[in-house]
Amino acid sequence: MLELRGVSKTVDGMDHIRGVSLRLESGSLNVLLGPTLSGKTTLMRLMAGLDTPTAGQVLVNGQDMTGVSVRKRDVAMVYQQFINYPALTVYENIASPLRVAGLKRDEIDKQVRKAADLMKLTPYLERTPLNLSGGQQQRTAIARALVKGAHLVLMDEPLANLDYKLREELRDELPKIFSESGAVFVYATTEPTEALLLGGRTATLHEGRVSQFGDTIDVYRNPQDIVTAQTFSDPPLNLLGLTKSGGEFRTSNGTVIPASEEEKRLPDGHYKVGFRPHHLYLQRPSEDAVCLPAVVDVSEITGSESFIHLTCLNHRWVALEHGIHNVDVDANIDVYVDAKNFMIFDDDGRSVASLMNASHMAETA
Amino acid sequence: MEKTVNNKAWFMVLPVLLLVAFTAVIPLMTVVNYAFQDSFGNNQFFWVGIEWFQELLASERFHDALVRNLIFSFSILAIEIPLGIGIALCMPKKGWGVPVCLVLMALPLLVPWNVVGTIWQVFGRADIGLLGYFLNLIGINYNYTQDPIAAWATVIVMDVWHWTSLVVLLCYAGLVSIPEAYYQAARIDGASRWAVFRYIQLPKMHSVLLIAVLLRFMDSFMIYTEPFVVTGGGPGNSTTFLSIDLVKMAIGQFDLGPAAAMSLVYFLIILLFSWVFYTVMNNAGAEKKHYAGEE
Repeated sequence: MLELRGVSKTVDGMDHIRGVSLRLESGSLNVLLGPTLSGKTTLMRLMAGLDTPTAGQVLVNGQDMTGVSVRKRDVAMVYQQFINYPALTVYENIASPLRVAGLKRDEIDKQVRKAADLMKLTPYLERTPLNLSGGQQQRTAIARALVKGAHLVLMDEPLANLDYKLREELRDELPKIFSESGAVFVYATTEPTEALLLGGRTATLHEGRVSQFGDTIDVYRNPQDIVTAQTFSDPPLNLLGLTKSGGEFRTSNGTVIPASEEEKRLPDGHYKVGFRPHHLYLQRPSEDAVCLPAVVDVSEITGSESFIHLTCLNHRWVALEHGIHNVDVDANIDVYVDAKNFMIFDDDGRSVASLMNASHMAETA
Repeated sequence: MEKTVNNKAWFMVLPVLLLVAFTAVIPLMTVVNYAFQDSFGNNQFFWVGIEWFQELLASERFHDALVRNLIFSFSILAIEIPLGIGIALCMPKKGWGVPVCLVLMALPLLVPWNVVGTIWQVFGRADIGLLGYFLNLIGINYNYTQDPIAAWATVIVMDVWHWTSLVVLLCYAGLVSIPEAYYQAARIDGASRWAVFRYIQLPKMHSVLLIAVLLRFMDSFMIYTEPFVVTGGGPGNSTTFLSIDLVKMAIGQFDLGPAAAMSLVYFLIILLFSWVFYTVMNNAGAEKKHYAGEE
């Protein structure tokens, strides 16, 4: 178990990590999700003991390890770059942590071959990393982390430099392999999709702060604040300011959007509303949907999906549609939103979902 | 798809071909031409076949100069490469120290060869030179104009002073290109300082070291100006390298044929050694450590 208590890191007066408290269980898969420069790598370095926090404590199995050198800790790490010993063979690379640990030769051999087999590296054991493909190099690095049998395994965007197919393959295998080892497994990524595919638990990072930590799917569905919702949305979350009065929302141009049953329980006032790009429609999806006028900025077609960037009510939005939709740039089009897809936040950006649920519960009680 | 042949491309490379022809191919062919002939002035040439080559390869003078060249080149490689690596390892990786160190390192490289020679010629003199005077003051009998060992020491130290910087700069470039993550990974692995050098830094510097060794070997094997200025090849013939000998033969004695033959042999020796260095070092880089099962 790894526990961070109010950990902060300041470098040259800049706050890189601010008051992070996390409790990661043994045998669990934890995703650190956040954009570039959100502090994922710094946080991992603090977890590993490569850096010492400016404030706060790092506890391993209840024991305070703050300030203990990384050499004395039981940690393995895999990086975005493919880090292996360049002059050693794959075999020697995988064996290196075992050699440092001073294991017997036949024991090393057994473990190396097992890890190589698991990572599908057996045919390449005698090659040097430079004679391998990127995927094989990264699998070597992962095998090295695996044989170490460390209590804490940190992976810093390990699949970012791999091609699509390899990523999918490794993404499926990694959680299984490491959950069997019973280690605390931490995986940093910038991609919401990757977090969702990995499952487990997710901590969303924003400007050095953990904005939410919980089961991945729960964090995705019920973000506690607007920052979490934005971090966990790719393409970016669409935002809209609304005023609620009675049973309806009103946009800045006076369009009325009827509120759902739950939303009606909210007190009247200003709200910030977020909804995901696949909830912005080009065709009317349902009777309750409301039509808004928009101007197309850019449209991108990936083949199976189309991303239409547009401006609506002075907001820049993205619509994600399945299939190919050709829309002309600068064309005036109608887009549709449905209030039941809204994630609603108060003026401070805090989710009001609990408010809706609480009153709902009070009612049913 | 059919490959299109565009003959216009030849016109595009023509200027370069002409340039190379006039600067390299034609002079080289002239030298080849001289190497098989004897001349008696008045532009009279006589075909002598491979006589000059036979004479040269059997000559003790050539052998001695060649051995001196080899000793010199290997000495300065043995000193400059480890020293260069050592200095590069000690240089700061970031902060204000980086530009300071780089400029200091680049300074010797900016000094022309003959100026370097003159500097050391004066520096080493026992009467007015700081080094010579000081060495003699502490009881070392140092005089490069009379003592062959002192002459050799001066020439080698001078070359080390002049050219170690190049090795440093190359190694430094290799070192700073190693991502920080490698060092982190080594720390996490609990690797020692030596292991970091042996298994990360040295392999990562391999390609720049190859260039450094090649450049330093070629340059040192062709050394002329500095020993010429400092010792003039003396005392006796003790610092007469191939290049100095060659100039004496070609311009001093005006033996064009033998000098041309010597140039060709000289050129081929450099080519051969460079190839050997390149092959050996390249293979060393690809060398695989046997894994435990076969140890």
